[in-house]
Amino acid sequence: MSALVQVRDLARDYSMGSGPVHALRGVSFDVEQGEWVAIVGPSGCGKSTLLNLLGAVDSPDAGSLTIAGERVDRLDDRAATTFRLRRIGFVFQRFYLMPALTAAENIELPMAEARIVRTERRARVQELLGYVGLAGRADHRPSQLSGGEQQRVAIARALANKPALLLADEPTGELDAATGLEMIDLFRRLNRDGTTIVVVTHDAQMAAAAARRIQMRDGAIIAEAVT
Amino acid sequence: MPFRLALLALLRHKARTMLALLGIAVSAALLLDMVMLATGMRDNFQGFLLLRGYQLRVAPKGTLPFDSDATIDSAATLVAAIARVSGVVAVSPVLGAQSQTTAHDSTVTAFTLGIDPRVQGDYELLRGADLADSVSIVANERWLALTRHRLGDTVQLAVGYDPQLRTVVGQRAFIVRGVARFFYTGTTQPTIAMRLPVLQEMGGNARRDHVSLLMVKAGDDVDVEAVRARIQAAGARVSVISLEGATAQVEQRLAYFRQLALVLGSISLGVGILLVTTLITIGVNERAGEIAVMRAIGVAKRSIVTQVVTEGLLLSGVGAFSGLLIGLVTAQWLERILADFPGMPATFRFFVFQPHDAGLALGMLGSAGVLAGIYPAWRASSLPIAGTLRREAVA
Repeated sequence: MSALVQVRDLARDYSMGSGPVHALRGVSFDVEQGEWVAIVGPSGCGKSTLLNLLGAVDSPDAGSLTIAGERVDRLDDRAATTFRLRRIGFVFQRFYLMPALTAAENIELPMAEARIVRTERRARVQELLGYVGLAGRADHRPSQLSGGEQQRVAIARALANKPALLLADEPTGELDAATGLEMIDLFRRLNRDGTTIVVVTHDAQMAAAAARRIQMRDGAIIAEAVT
Repeated sequence: MPFRLALLALLRHKARTMLALLGIAVSAALLLDMVMLATGMRDNFQGFLLLRGYQLRVAPKGTLPFDSDATIDSAATLVAAIARVSGVVAVSPVLGAQSQTTAHDSTVTAFTLGIDPRVQGDYELLRGADLADSVSIVANERWLALTRHRLGDTVQLAVGYDPQLRTVVGQRAFIVRGVARFFYTGTTQPTIAMRLPVLQEMGGNARRDHVSLLMVKAGDDVDVEAVRARIQAAGARVSVISLEGATAQVEQRLAYFRQLALVLGSISLGVGILLVTTLITIGVNERAGEIAVMRAIGVAKRSIVTQVVTEGLLLSGVGAFSGLLIGLVTAQWLERILADFPGMPATFRFFVFQPHDAGLALGMLGSAGVLAGIYPAWRASSLPIAGTLRREAVA
């Protein structure tokens, strides 16, 4: 059985004023179904670029990327959007919830886009709010929630359409230490319940909690470690 | 969801949205007024001429009714000839003149109509009696106010006054029998009416058997244009003007005015479009990060475009409805100002509200709303997701 994520010789360059920047230089690795992988490394090593490619919000200049049997690097914009909606869950460092919507509406947003019927959406929202421990916060707006609560809502939103892969970019970066630990526990529970996770992090505890760590530097993988 | 997101995006900055709505409402009001003015004058003019059902006007050759002092001679023969034309059901002769009367050491000059009370189409009687005999006159309120006469008073009227020789052609005593509202003269214009033969007689040789105008009524199921052609063929020395012809001539004269209305309306529409475009573009720029996140979690470009265009539609729609009310109020206000212009007929309306006009103005603003949303929608939907998120993170 093939891996859920297959990354082969992935390269991505950016044009800067001083010349091209090689953000990724032929990166290759696999992520198995149900695995929790942490990508670590110093700032500017290409972690976020790799995450953007895995999430189909950016396209590689070379190499191939296959997720759940689909060649992501060959998708056009419309197909990539549908792919992100159905197969990818995104968690951002700064939560990026829609400030005008309630917690429930934020979680409902990707399901509405996927044209899931209202009754099913509402039931799923309640299920997810309960899962992330925010059952009583459905009608709160982001400004009425703490950072940890906002990140939980963001995770619930990422899980709304039952994605094949959950991508997280510094999910504890904006949280205090205690809340960060709670978030690590939540990721652990998610992974235990079958969610495949790729997380980019500077947080040593988050990285240590992952089953596998990929160390990057200057756009390339320099080491891998399995717990 | 796009509708709700659009609504919430607008409500996020209430003061800004309210100010923009006010601006759009003013633009919409101006647009509606211009549309009402441009089309209303024409439509009202037709109704104005048709007040008593006379579809045709017969005036001296090459003139419009009361456009000059020219008159038609041998009027009785012409009236009889026109009355015999197939399809004609009534002919109303009208002679216009100036009359003077002295009241409390001042002279009041009045526009005086000589008419046939059986077929007249120039006034409606408000009080008193109509022109029962040759000593009767009916007058409007303005004339009564200036002369301080009342119903039943006897007055001396003179016609054909020569200011250099200080002579008059004719002078007679009349009794004020009725108070009337004259359709085609201004409310500030003192106006009276008497029987046609009396005014012709008072006007001397120059007015004997003369009329200024004939109003002709054709049967309901008759081709008016065919009747017009038959009358024109019967009377080579007159111009026979149908409603359409008169409207066309008035339209020709009002062309500059309508062009001005069109330009002002277009400018107000353009201002509305720019206002909505600016506001939504600012909103899109402020929400670039949110839009990039929505795209990242799988929201399609189509949904983003729908949301942004909906914002434009909401702004222009609510603004247009508010503008409709403002436009109606300002139209009434302007109508009152214009009605006070000297010589403006009391029955003439510049602004005529028609659902079609309101629909046209709303439709134009709705289209403007969509148009205004296109640029910011394109901008929002084409934001580079990764780059925008990176910039947001750095910011």
